[in-house]
Amino acid sequence: MDFTFNEEQTLIQGQVEQFIQRDYDWESRQSLILTDSGYSLDNWNTFAELGWLGISLSDDSGGFGGSSIDTMILMEEFGKGLVLEPFLETVVMCAELIDKSGTLEQKKDVLTGVVEGKTQLALAYAEPQSRFNLADVMTEAKLESDNFILNGFKSVVMNGPNANKFIISARTSGDQRDESGISLFLVDAEVSGLSSRDYQTVDNRRASELTLESVVIPRSCLIGELDEGFTVLDAAIDRSILAISAEAVGAMEVLYKTTVEYTKTREQFGTPIGKFQVLQHRMVDMFMEYEQCKSLLYMATMKHDEDSADAKKAISGLKYQVGNASKFIGQQSVQLHGGMGVTDELNVGHYFKRLTTIGTIFGNSDYHLKKYTSL
Amino acid sequence: MNLSFSKEDLDFKQEVVDFLDANYPGDIKERQDKRLPLDKEQNIRWQKILSKKGWFAVNWPSEYSGSPELSLTQKYILQNVLAEYNTPVLLPFGVGMCAPVIFSFGTDKQKKQHLPAILNSDVWWCQGYSEPGSGSDLASLKTKADKEGDSYIVNGCKTWTTLAQHADWIFCLVRTETTPIKQEGISFLLIDMKTAGIEVKPIITVDGSHEVNMVFFDNVKVPCENIVGEVGQGWNIAKFLLMHERSGIAGISSLKRELSRLRELSASTIVNEGTLLDEPAFRAKIEQTEIELTATEFTELRTLSSMSSGGSPGAEASILKIKGTELQQKLSELFVEMLGYYAHPFFAENELGSNDSIGPEYAGSIMPHYLNYRKVSIYGGSNEIQRNVISKAILGL
Ligand SMILES: Cc1cc2nc3c(=O)[nH]c(=O)nc-3n(C[C@H](O)[C@H](O)[C@H](O)COP(=O)(O)OP(=O)(O)OC[C@H]3O[C@@H](n4cnc5c(N)ncnc54)[C@H](O)[C@@H]3O)c2cc1C
Repeated sequence: MDFTFNEEQTLIQGQVEQFIQRDYDWESRQSLILTDSGYSLDNWNTFAELGWLGISLSDDSGGFGGSSIDTMILMEEFGKGLVLEPFLETVVMCAELIDKSGTLEQKKDVLTGVVEGKTQLALAYAEPQSRFNLADVMTEAKLESDNFILNGFKSVVMNGPNANKFIISARTSGDQRDESGISLFLVDAEVSGLSSRDYQTVDNRRASELTLESVVIPRSCLIGELDEGFTVLDAAIDRSILAISAEAVGAMEVLYKTTVEYTKTREQFGTPIGKFQVLQHRMVDMFMEYEQCKSLLYMATMKHDEDSADAKKAISGLKYQVGNASKFIGQQSVQLHGGMGVTDELNVGHYFKRLTTIGTIFGNSDYHLKKYTSL
Repeated sequence: MNLSFSKEDLDFKQEVVDFLDANYPGDIKERQDKRLPLDKEQNIRWQKILSKKGWFAVNWPSEYSGSPELSLTQKYILQNVLAEYNTPVLLPFGVGMCAPVIFSFGTDKQKKQHLPAILNSDVWWCQGYSEPGSGSDLASLKTKADKEGDSYIVNGCKTWTTLAQHADWIFCLVRTETTPIKQEGISFLLIDMKTAGIEVKPIITVDGSHEVNMVFFDNVKVPCENIVGEVGQGWNIAKFLLMHERSGIAGISSLKRELSRLRELSASTIVNEGTLLDEPAFRAKIEQTEIELTATEFTELRTLSSMSSGGSPGAEASILKIKGTELQQKLSELFVEMLGYYAHPFFAENELGSNDSIGPEYAGSIMPHYLNYRKVSIYGGSNEIQRNVISKAILGL
């Protein structure tokens, strides 16, 4: 057993940390949320130059053959900076999926662009009725001669407005909630019949509702085997849960520390409010929740990395804990800042909002507790 | 002991229902049902409608309200029916806060000048207590009022002032004297917002709305006669006010409505073959909330009933504040949970309702409400401060 990062990992961590501290100050970040895309192309190019966009992709795909531990390190630091750049959406959710299950041609077509920072991706898996069930798919794909014809609707597609290509789950056989009969398709954002309604989400990121009306794509756009897309999708979501949990842990650390610092300086009744024992205990609880999440994060990431038999259970356990802790730490950070905590000006509210969405994305605590019980 | 309503009570309930069916304006109802914010005119119009019927200033003595006082049970019924109809929440600053101070401590002249205008919602009041350095420790406030002839010259800054952007008048706690005991130098002062030297600056909150403000006072000249009560008695008045604002403090009747709305909406939220209401974990949270809500309702009723037979409310009001706000926050959280991903799309306040919504038609206001309601455990004496009050005043610790 070894809980330390190796030399290379330590190096990467230092690199991201430095980037956040030097180039990702709060004002710059806040100016990004006002832009159309909601992130900075300059930053994205920096990510490419530093090799982060290919860190988890295999050598064949132009990547650096890293593991989910490398992704975890990046995401935890991104969480600390509340980074808006769609690394999770493009790299973890999509590029890794193509790297693992795509055809040679798809990898060449897409992953080179991702690694160079030229291509943005988005995974369209949720539907209005599906809630967190990845197998609940009504969007249909019908094979007609050498083309697939797609019809349906995909909801809250994260990074949708920026995506050059989508990965879309669609039903090629079976009933609405069957795991078998789902296939994944690589779909160009410009294809005719695909329309999107773009919007901001509460965490100031970007998302879309996608409507597919007789979208015609060549057979070569199928990712993996026909009807066998669920396992591929499910594995992508597992990796994404690990990544977003790392982001959450980073954000929690900033929040509990910011709150501790604030209560040392804010004075009421002639004393720093941090002297009040009830607040001390609250902050101790916040700190412990953070530590517990970090422990589950490391455990689940290592189990996943080692392909351990109970990795899926570990991942659901992690997401359950992260959901609860995100809520507790987010809410209490606001509470302990008093009125300041509810202002848009202070960063606390923005961390709180991101932790709120993280609690839901890829399934909330109730969902994962149920899943944990069933595994 | 019994829980049943008399025939008169039931008649009264019917009267309220009939009145609302005939008088609740359609445009206001539409915005309320969609959970969209009302504008100033709509708020005022609704309050005037209630006031004309005598159901606006229900906690005032009839000498000032000009209407017969309602019994405890009638007030309970009125509140519940209003909440069932989801009519707008009344703005408390004039009718619930400033007016009781004026009719309890004010001069005849102050009563004549302000009470009818409040009763008729012709004047919009805001509350100027908190300052950047004085929140929970309100008595440390620094906004100064120095006497010059027959005026006070006010300098300082108030913050978190709710809806000051619409206000015509502000009631303030100001420091009229520097005394060794900080509570003793505070006075209660009424200030016309149009006076030269007042500046209102917006504070935007996490939900993107403009509800609170900073109010700056730069040599603002206020007639001495605008002090309510004795000079230096402001702190006692503020404490009196805390005690006065007890009925409805927990917002029970609105909570009941929102809980049944949550139940209905989650019964139409699809999860696999069933609905969200069929999911044991979610269902359990709804039922737990209902039990806690019922307990709080009856704690409130017990408190009110002991008051009407001569008891004093005291620190029991703190129980209602804590439990009521915790329930409000819990419910706002469950609505977010219910929506799943569709809680995330976010539109600015002024875009709400004008866009067709993303997801279910009720989705748009749910996340902003959740974020906005973090405030309820902070303002009006934070829940930590309320627990301090109970531990000191009731438990004697
Ligand atoms: C949306 C909103 C609307 C408001 N509207 C108005 C208004 O119209 N008029 C007005 O005058 N004010 C208003 N307020 C101000 C409100 O009353 C204050 O925010 C509140 O009193 C808390 O003060 P503070 O924000 O300075 O927090 P602080 O007093 O700095 O408190 C920070 C944290 O420390 C805790 N704390 C402080 N002292 C103790 C203690 N002794 N023991 C344990 N814990 C403690 C608090 O509970 C809180 O969690 C509003 C506030 C908000 C958020």
